[in-house]
Amino acid sequence: MIQVIINGLLIGAVYSLIAVGLTMIHGVMKIVNFAQGELLMVGMYVTYVLYGAFVAEGSAPYFLIVPVCIIMFLFGALVFKVSVSHVVGKSETSYIILTIGMSYLLRYGFQMIFGSNYQSIPVSESLKFGSITIGGIVFTTTRLIAFFAALIFTIFVNYLLSSTDIGRAMRATSENKTVATSLGVNAKIVYIVAFGLGTVFAGVSGLLVTPLYMIYPSVGAVFSTIAMSAMVLGGLGNIKGAMIGGMIIGVVEALSSTYLTTNVSQIFINLVLILILIFKPYGLFGKGVRIA
Amino acid sequence: MNMLKMDKVCAGYGDLKVLFDISLEINEGEVVALVGSNGAGKTTLLRTISGEVIPTSGSIKWLGMELTKLPENKRAVNGIAHIPQGRGILASLSIKDNLLLGTYTKRTKPRRAELLENALQMFPILKERLNFPAGSLSGGQQQMLAIARAMMMAPKLLILDEPSLGLAPVVVDDVYRILDVMKRQGSSMLVIEQNLTKALSISDRGYVLETGHMQMTGPSKELLNNKDIQKAYLGI
Repeated sequence: MIQVIINGLLIGAVYSLIAVGLTMIHGVMKIVNFAQGELLMVGMYVTYVLYGAFVAEGSAPYFLIVPVCIIMFLFGALVFKVSVSHVVGKSETSYIILTIGMSYLLRYGFQMIFGSNYQSIPVSESLKFGSITIGGIVFTTTRLIAFFAALIFTIFVNYLLSSTDIGRAMRATSENKTVATSLGVNAKIVYIVAFGLGTVFAGVSGLLVTPLYMIYPSVGAVFSTIAMSAMVLGGLGNIKGAMIGGMIIGVVEALSSTYLTTNVSQIFINLVLILILIFKPYGLFGKGVRIA
Repeated sequence: MNMLKMDKVCAGYGDLKVLFDISLEINEGEVVALVGSNGAGKTTLLRTISGEVIPTSGSIKWLGMELTKLPENKRAVNGIAHIPQGRGILASLSIKDNLLLGTYTKRTKPRRAELLENALQMFPILKERLNFPAGSLSGGQQQMLAIARAMMMAPKLLILDEPSLGLAPVVVDDVYRILDVMKRQGSSMLVIEQNLTKALSISDRGYVLETGHMQMTGPSKELLNNKDIQKAYLGI
């Protein structure tokens, strides 16, 4: 039982990371990015390509984290500039169509380039199946690394938002763009940074799960749903909420797929989501107001 | 020397014309009041300065630079601080974060520590509650915070839109006492008010705006003693 919960928490941290990226974008520009899962898919393919080109077969992909971050930030900034920037602050719903459209574009665009076959990176068996045992509980190496990397990124974004000028500018823009502008904040730059970072988080999550999951163009759909549930469960626009929401979903998924079958985990995730929303309509940490 | 010079500015929202041929000047170290009744266009006039409303014709010069062509967020770095109507406090951010955002631009960032200390000295109430959300402050305290944040910007010109709005009379007195201190320290200000007596008592010169037209201008004392103004705005 404890073993199962631990497994859930470890993978849950990755879900948290995707949800944190989603929350960041939503918090700053009031847009739910329905293509977040596809951005993760892009991160997986970027990892795949970089791994094939620069990494010796069998070794771990983790030091690719730096180039993946840079590439994903630039990709996010580009996506924002070309498309999303046109719907920020516009009508209430146009962003839904836009980001859903973008998710299809990315999914089938990547299918055209890489084909729809399942790919994977050839990490060594020792990494793939390696584990550490502490007090009778087995910690899978890949999941453990994913957990700590996700944790570090979440702590980083918390620090960024709470204690840096760009973080304060993001929160200010989120609450009142006119006032932020009058204080000298360039909202365009704030939006680009927020969307870029949201994309980085999706991309890094993609990198972290490449040793665990197969890579294929529609892999994003799975993560999109999970991240969306995590975000809503934790309370919209709340970083801490997204973090804990991801963990809860990881645990629910692990419990249901271990004690029942893998296929029903989605049902239980949504069931938990419904239950929490019945008792806490704004999510676990939501206050009914949006806070970046 | 003119800091700000508006010349024949017309502006409005879409088909609705609000301002007609407005000319206005503010000199260095001067406190100017812009008064007028509800719907006269006072706030719209301010918005043309802050860049939220682009004039359809006319020019606004700030230290010789054409303000209408400057991106909205560049006003802060050029020394214009604007406290909007309703104070513009960022309620979900802490008081400290609100204040620190006053030094967001590169002009004031190097002096952050010094400016913060000055502001807190002037408003000790804020010092006790630095880490509380700004939304937890009372209306009067929020107005103090708005002024403190504007002071952090070390502005060459401070623009206030109805600083007395929604405040208890005692608190209004407090706000004006502070503005008076700032005036004596040499700040230039443009104060917009419906509270005519208050605004004209603190200012050197006044402008009277009526349905989008500049009706009258002159030294504040003269305006205060003007029979027409007394009749129209003070009911004496």
